[in-house]
Amino acid sequence: MFGKLSLSAIPYESPITMGAVGGAMLLGVLILALITYFRKWPYLWKEWLTSLDPKRIGIMYIILALVMLLRGFSDAILMRSQQVLAVGASQGFLPPDHFNQIFGAHGSIMIVFMAMPFLAGLMNIVIPQQIGSRDVAFPFLNAVSLWLTVAGAILVMVSLGVGEFSKAGWSGYAPLTERQYSPGTGVDYWIWSFQIAGAASLMSGINFLVTILKMRAPGMKLMRMPMFVWTTLVTNVLMIFAFPVLTVALFLLTLDRYLGMHFFTNELGGNMMMYTNLFWIWGHPEVYIVILPAFGIFSEVVATFSGKRLFGYTSLVYATVAIMVLSFCVWLHHFFTMGASPNVNIVFGISTMMIAVPTGVKIFNWLFTMYRGRIRFTTPMYWTLAFISTFAIGGMTGVLLSVPPADYVLHNSLFLIAHFHNMLIPGTLFGFFAGYAYWFPKAIGFPLNEKWGKRAFWCWLIGFYLAFIPLYVLGFMGMPRRMQHFENPAWHPYLIIAAVGSAVIALGILFQMIQLLVSIRERHANRDLTGDPWDGRTLEWSTASPPAVYNFAEIPVVHDIDAFWDRKEKGVAYKQPERYHDIQMPMNTSKGLLIGVFTFLFGFAMVWSIWWLAILGALGMIFMVIARACDDDTEYVISTAEVAKIENERYRQLRT
Amino acid sequence: MKRKSKFVLIGLASLCVAIFLAGCSDMLILNPKGPIGDAERYVIYVAIALMLIVVIPVFVMAIWFPWKYRASNTKATYAPKWSYSVRIDLVIWLVPIAIVTALSILVWVETHRLNPYKPIDSGVKPIHIEAVSLDWKWLFIYPDQDIAVVNELVFPANVPLSFRITSDTVMTSFFIPQLGSQIYAMAGMQTRLHLMADEPGVYHGQNQQFSGRGFSQMHFKAIAVASVEFEAWVQKTKHSSDKLDMARYEEMGKPSVGYPVTYFSTVKPDLFDHIMRKYNSMEMKPHAMGGKSVSTHGKNGVSEDS
Repeated sequence: MFGKLSLSAIPYESPITMGAVGGAMLLGVLILALITYFRKWPYLWKEWLTSLDPKRIGIMYIILALVMLLRGFSDAILMRSQQVLAVGASQGFLPPDHFNQIFGAHGSIMIVFMAMPFLAGLMNIVIPQQIGSRDVAFPFLNAVSLWLTVAGAILVMVSLGVGEFSKAGWSGYAPLTERQYSPGTGVDYWIWSFQIAGAASLMSGINFLVTILKMRAPGMKLMRMPMFVWTTLVTNVLMIFAFPVLTVALFLLTLDRYLGMHFFTNELGGNMMMYTNLFWIWGHPEVYIVILPAFGIFSEVVATFSGKRLFGYTSLVYATVAIMVLSFCVWLHHFFTMGASPNVNIVFGISTMMIAVPTGVKIFNWLFTMYRGRIRFTTPMYWTLAFISTFAIGGMTGVLLSVPPADYVLHNSLFLIAHFHNMLIPGTLFGFFAGYAYWFPKAIGFPLNEKWGKRAFWCWLIGFYLAFIPLYVLGFMGMPRRMQHFENPAWHPYLIIAAVGSAVIALGILFQMIQLLVSIRERHANRDLTGDPWDGRTLEWSTASPPAVYNFAEIPVVHDIDAFWDRKEKGVAYKQPERYHDIQMPMNTSKGLLIGVFTFLFGFAMVWSIWWLAILGALGMIFMVIARACDDDTEYVISTAEVAKIENERYRQLRT
Repeated sequence: MKRKSKFVLIGLASLCVAIFLAGCSDMLILNPKGPIGDAERYVIYVAIALMLIVVIPVFVMAIWFPWKYRASNTKATYAPKWSYSVRIDLVIWLVPIAIVTALSILVWVETHRLNPYKPIDSGVKPIHIEAVSLDWKWLFIYPDQDIAVVNELVFPANVPLSFRITSDTVMTSFFIPQLGSQIYAMAGMQTRLHLMADEPGVYHGQNQQFSGRGFSQMHFKAIAVASVEFEAWVQKTKHSSDKLDMARYEEMGKPSVGYPVTYFSTVKPDLFDHIMRKYNSMEMKPHAMGGKSVSTHGKNGVSEDS
């Protein structure tokens, strides 16, 4: 009846896990109780859970990302503490079976369930507004993407309390992930949560590519698109090309595990390096998928707060496109040490270094945007400035790792860990934090508290250096990654510094929570009535904060890269149109959410081999898609009078 | 606010320097004991030096520009429309291109020179060692001496070591940090590695690729001794009562953590090839990739050092 699932799947014997599960469940029950107490269910259902408004979907994505950031960061704290304690005779507090789940969960969550939803959330909130559009190309598909991502994230969270997570790392190298070496359900949780979230990412990639190519406001030629739109466009192309490779790799691994096939096994013609190749053909573009939009955010932020046009726009566009092409030509640098011939390693080493050229160009473009500007030091600008110099260090260590002979001694060491955290924290995460602070007033209607934002920033920056510079040193000391226990006492002091660093970052996260609470408390005093709190340059700042559901009552005509700045200069930015028209918008639907629910059931059932439930889940998904396709009545009209009412109120606010 | 950030940067920089100076002798990668590790350290230094040509100006500009053009400094030039300069554009493309070109030449030369499959050019006849990665221990077979050891590697200093490496479990990576290059060990395939120690000493050897529950205990001592001592050690090992036949191998190969150092006086002939053949029961054509098939030694245009 329940496949492999039984009560013994709950890890009663591990107090840490049970504590985390208990805490998470308590929090969940508390939230549900509060919603019920304040009778917010109808509001939540009508305005959020069934909404097809990309701005709402974006906010839900970002809430998911922030929750998963907390989970992934808790894993990081556990790892750092374990490595402080487990030296010599002491085994620390995490046995190998638990520690090995934690680093896998940390990596999986941070990439697929933190960075990706954060990125999808920012795209949803910003892209339609920046291109002067009312919606995305496929609003329903957008909701499906969200709910699939949520389903995958819940699957990962469930693995905490029911069964186990993968003990083979986030990259899931075969043959360690084969049934023979990982008989439990941990790897299956990892496979199905990645599969579900991967499908969601592919769909949002398609959605936003079409949105950007087909729904731009009149006059917005490709070379007039804001930089964030450009980087998102390139990211979407990368998603569309890269994610199917992951899907196939995981599918073949699934066939190995469930049906005893031999794609990646040791024996019977299987080849584990085939898996490694496929994984990184997705995995390397994936890091550009999460970092390029952050580059776009930095470009927007640096231009806005320097009060100046972005330097070398054309150069930046070509650099971004060059990265798009090159990112598919470098995957083998993740395994220079497999024994390939020197010429193979040289090709991939040099192609990797070539990426440093466009990336370096971007750095200089941002620097020269500040040159002869009038720089305002707001929180988003702090993140950007910290990014520029810190990222240069990460770039340097990255190019070092792309030199095969250097990689032969640094591969799989903590130097590598330090390098990619040095790219992904200042690059992706600082970028997303900058975007979070920059667009928060636009999405919510009031700004985040600057004082607490800057406090959080300093903790993150100092904590980052304390946590990761020692890891570079440990790499030179030969310490491998993923060690549950070690005997070399020389490594110990550096691991203590790194743990202190992670504690400082924890303080930063605490300050970000305080920042959110303080900002909510002070929201009435700080409400953004203009829609343009930063003196912005692009079209999203021409709408109200938060924008009306249709974004633009009248679609703007674009004459410049900085379209809104151009309108402000010409004095037409705040001219109320003489007449309005009916606006057609998509209706709410619960089918996206239901597809997510069925997908979760399907994934959970596949993990535990509960075949009847898997069939039910799959049929449920298919049925929902068919039902949606049969639905002819999917849009509603906002009447001219209604639009005029909303817009008159907006212009009345603007005048005060 | 910017003044504060300057202090933080200076503080962090001095911290970095302090960290580096504190433990130089513990920095195994930067303190190599053999020609391969030595050459790789040189590559690391050259690459860093070349990259600093770009990175240092970035640091200077990243502090100087925001400081000079802060909004409160109204004396600084403000050019809100200035957004392009051909000269700057050329410099920011061409300088990185020049550096990457220089680095590419370094990569070309050094990757060929430090090809792990390439025998070390020295007048001395190399010692052949066959390394097998097991859960979670290393087996070292000395085919010429007909002995084998678990979890300890003894070899003469100043004599090239020629490794054949495979795995009888998941993928692992064989690495002795102070001697240089690591290489993967994969079931059914053999990889090659050539190392040499310049001086006697006890070096740390380890598996660098996560391989499951016992991974962090999967390390060994790599002991370089004088040639005469090595001969004496071989003779001593030959007197061990333990013999490595197939049954003993199967027993020893079961997953275990912290397996004691064990010496075997004789080894089943062709044990290494036998282990690889286990995974190639269907006869396979030679693969394009590094040494998949048993019958293809000396790939990649590297002559065999037998």
